[in-house]
Amino acid sequence: MKFDIKAIRKDFPILEREVYGKRYIYFDNAATAFKPLQVLKAVEKIYTQFNGNPHRGAHYMSNQTTVEFEAVRDKVQQFINAPSREEIIFTKGTTESINLVAYSFSEAFIHEGDEVIVSEMEHHANIVPWQIVCERKKATIKVIPFDDSGRLMVEKLPELISEKTKIIAVTLVSNVLGAINPVEEVIAIAHEKNIPVLIDGAQAVQHIAIDVQKMDCDFFVFSGHKLYGPTGVGCLYGKRQWLDAMPPFLGGGEMIEKVSFSGTTFNVIPYKFEAGTPNFTEVIGLGAAIDYLNSIGFDKIFHYEQELADYARMKLDTIDGIRFFGQTSHQSNVISFIVNSIHPYDMGMFLDKMSFAVRTGHHCAEPVMDHFKIPGTVRVSLAFYNTRDEIDRFVDALKKVVAMLS
Amino acid sequence: MSIEEIQQEIIAEFSVFDDWMDKYSYLIELGNGIEALDEKYKVDQNLIRGCQSQVWLNAECRDGVVYYQGESDALIVKGLVALLLRVVNEQPAAEIINADFHFIDSIGLKEHLSPTRSNGLLAMVKQIKLYAVAFNKMNS
Repeated sequence: MKFDIKAIRKDFPILEREVYGKRYIYFDNAATAFKPLQVLKAVEKIYTQFNGNPHRGAHYMSNQTTVEFEAVRDKVQQFINAPSREEIIFTKGTTESINLVAYSFSEAFIHEGDEVIVSEMEHHANIVPWQIVCERKKATIKVIPFDDSGRLMVEKLPELISEKTKIIAVTLVSNVLGAINPVEEVIAIAHEKNIPVLIDGAQAVQHIAIDVQKMDCDFFVFSGHKLYGPTGVGCLYGKRQWLDAMPPFLGGGEMIEKVSFSGTTFNVIPYKFEAGTPNFTEVIGLGAAIDYLNSIGFDKIFHYEQELADYARMKLDTIDGIRFFGQTSHQSNVISFIVNSIHPYDMGMFLDKMSFAVRTGHHCAEPVMDHFKIPGTVRVSLAFYNTRDEIDRFVDALKKVVAMLS
Repeated sequence: MSIEEIQQEIIAEFSVFDDWMDKYSYLIELGNGIEALDEKYKVDQNLIRGCQSQVWLNAECRDGVVYYQGESDALIVKGLVALLLRVVNEQPAAEIINADFHFIDSIGLKEHLSPTRSNGLLAMVKQIKLYAVAFNKMNS
């Protein structure tokens, strides 16, 4: 199938919206992406036709949602090429996935004096859960730095690793810098010492092909809403050996084998980690998103986005005084910058009034801001429904904003 | 002038703008017009941390009225700080405690005070009032 941008844009009715009397141009896809009609219809279908609690009833609707819900596990397994469907756990998002691993892994494997390694460019969601765990277990956190181009300094990793290192958690794509990290190198170094690695794929799954077996990561996490699916759904892939050895994160229905007041035994994976009624509607919506992306073809989407991002960088570079953050040889569709000393908040406000949505601020990655000693950046993040025309309009508007604020 | 009178004065000033660009240009002008906060007051104790921008606020009470000084790193926020301080400066603490800063809504800038903007302004309004409460207690 040809990559037909006009047809694709029709699948996203929200792209037609006008705000402040002008067509809204949305460049905040890294925060959350728009949903195609196919996803909306899948969600509507659940509420209008199959509202049954999966795994719980003998009745028709319960069975129907069970089938559709479990089918998404297969879709996710294929999507990231996981070895088995049982290693896919549904959560409510990347943040919950990381918290689950941080809590359950640390209960089994982290003790006083141990160490956890994260990187300097992590989102707060991949820092704070580890800090909480380290506080609780009297363990410490070590940090892999990045250089001024936004390149993760993997060469520093061997000296950070010690006998006490229990887990390493690194992002595949930085949500601020857009740098695509060489996580295979991190994993290879870690595995030499038998240390498991968690990869945060929140900013990666929508932009680069994922193969968790080739990558050989021990855990991989991502969110549905950044992948054109509903909010409130995320995934955790974990190698069976780890998931089996980790205690449950939340207790409740579904995750048990047998309950009595003298003791409870737990279900097997993935159910051990899916306590309570699952977010089946959102999960089924995510399945529709994956089907939709497959129907266009991930290769085509990635190729189009990469060209669009290159074009955007080239056009933005024509603005006097622009400074990019994240200039590695391997960049994603996320572009962070400031212009002269104009505050990102002022720039974002003016752009908003001109009907452009960009993200401004520290992007929940304050250590990155501290690295560059800046209060924040303006971030443009593109999706495959964005166009060169939108970028041209944006750059023209940005030039006006810069003139007004200089 | 009372707090209410100053608010009415600001509303009248802003009523001439029918274009957002003119309004914001004026706001930035006001921000640039405020006296730079002395470096000695730019300490963590006076810092109101927002997610997007930061605000510094210092206050003193002399002869029964409160003197505030503030600054922000973002121009738009600085303009709003200028407006807020114009309303509360040199007013009795008791008056400030009960003030309702309705002018912000009237001049169409309420969005900057929403918790989602997290630019430090909402926290600043709270801090303005907390200072007033403290001074009021000291004076009574």
